[in-house]
Amino acid sequence: MLKGRTWIFDHEAIIAASSAVGGPFEAQGPLAGDFDLLFDDLWLGQDSFEKAEKKLLEQACQTAIRKSGIRQEEIQFFLAGDLLNQIITSSFAARTLSIPYLGLFGACSTSMEGLALAALMVSAGFADRVLTGTASHNGAAEKQFRYPTEYGAQKPPTAQWTVTGAGAAVVVSSGKGPRITSATIGRVIDKGISDPFNMGAAMAPAAVDTIKTHFQDLQLSPTDYDLVLTGDLGKVGHSIATELLTKQGLIFPPGVFGDCGLMIYRDDQPVFAGASGCASSACVTYGHVLNRMLQGELKRVLIVATGALLSPLSYQQKETIPCIAHAVAIHAGEESSR
Amino acid sequence: MANAKTKDQQQYQNLANKRDPGRPALKNCILAFLAGGTICLLGQLISTFYMHFFDFTEKNAGDPTVATLIFLSSLLTGLGLYDHIAQWAGAGTIIPVTGFANAITSSAIEHRSEGFVLGVGGNMFKLAGSVIVFGVFAAFVIATIKVIIMGLGGS
Repeated sequence: MLKGRTWIFDHEAIIAASSAVGGPFEAQGPLAGDFDLLFDDLWLGQDSFEKAEKKLLEQACQTAIRKSGIRQEEIQFFLAGDLLNQIITSSFAARTLSIPYLGLFGACSTSMEGLALAALMVSAGFADRVLTGTASHNGAAEKQFRYPTEYGAQKPPTAQWTVTGAGAAVVVSSGKGPRITSATIGRVIDKGISDPFNMGAAMAPAAVDTIKTHFQDLQLSPTDYDLVLTGDLGKVGHSIATELLTKQGLIFPPGVFGDCGLMIYRDDQPVFAGASGCASSACVTYGHVLNRMLQGELKRVLIVATGALLSPLSYQQKETIPCIAHAVAIHAGEESSR
Repeated sequence: MANAKTKDQQQYQNLANKRDPGRPALKNCILAFLAGGTICLLGQLISTFYMHFFDFTEKNAGDPTVATLIFLSSLLTGLGLYDHIAQWAGAGTIIPVTGFANAITSSAIEHRSEGFVLGVGGNMFKLAGSVIVFGVFAAFVIATIKVIIMGLGGS
């Protein structure tokens, strides 16, 4: 059922299993225990960062499939995206997995773009078992979007640290597990920020627009969720988003409104304003958040993955940064949402 | 800015600027001064070393000194230490010849995965190229000005 910009899934779309994998820097963070796999080598034994990123996604997908108890051949569709040019990570992982595949690009919002579409396919009856995933790699992202990893350019405090990791989930039409109840599709919003070292500020208005629309479409109040997480706004973007939401009358109880980008690393890790990258929201959601839901600590969660839709070319040509955010609501196991 | 900004965008820019912690300019300047100064001091020591122990004069000791600094900078880049020092030292490590060496070495290492010809060779001067282009051009302009002034009877 469609309400405004929000899909309400009338038929079951259940997360049968999910997985999160990370690199050495993520292993030092507070959420290390929520990762299924942590690699102690940034290269993952590969000879390029791009191949390492592909391996991260493959590992996340294979782990999620294994945890779901479904055989890989029984997975009907694979929806994935990433940050690298021509989304090679996803397409190459799809080559390995050999599952019918649709490639997505939503920059760092890809995790929830994929989850929303997987839920749509399953709920609408066009599939019974869909795999969705995304990955990012610090070295590969730096190489493509910024400078060589060993180049000595000083970064400003608003810069963010791309997560090395991947997350994947298996969405099924029947069974046990957290249920995807609704998804709000974002609009592309550009408030004129052009500094690629301040993505949090660029993306905050997109997150605010999607959150506001989600609450309006479903006529919810801020207390209806136990946790509302944005994808990778970081310190700067999160404080702007909080201020803008407060202005719109959406005031969340303390501890409810958070940001995945502020959860992955400890305060003393040198990540500037926080984490970013496709894996930021994917690792936190498919690892930490779903684990807490399975343990019964969280009942209703809204994940708002935020993406900056720029390219290295577009910002060199002085274009501003268009941004998007997609929200997916997940409700814990048995409890009915409607 | 390529695009004219709407009023809404300008308002948001103001809000974003307010929330931007900004670069710690004074701290960066002091650290750059100390780091840059330390590199210069090191250069002076190396230069004195070459003059003292080898057959170099003050005039030509610069060549082996620069070569030594480039070697050290490239070594630190290869060991993955230079970028960490640079985050702390800022302009202090970018401006001296060490920064130039770092720009070339880091690009070469980064693109090793694309092979020696298209990768290392093709990308080595990706960052340093514009320094060479505008350095040579600036030298040409200054030399032209000098020639004109001398031609007009200056000394």
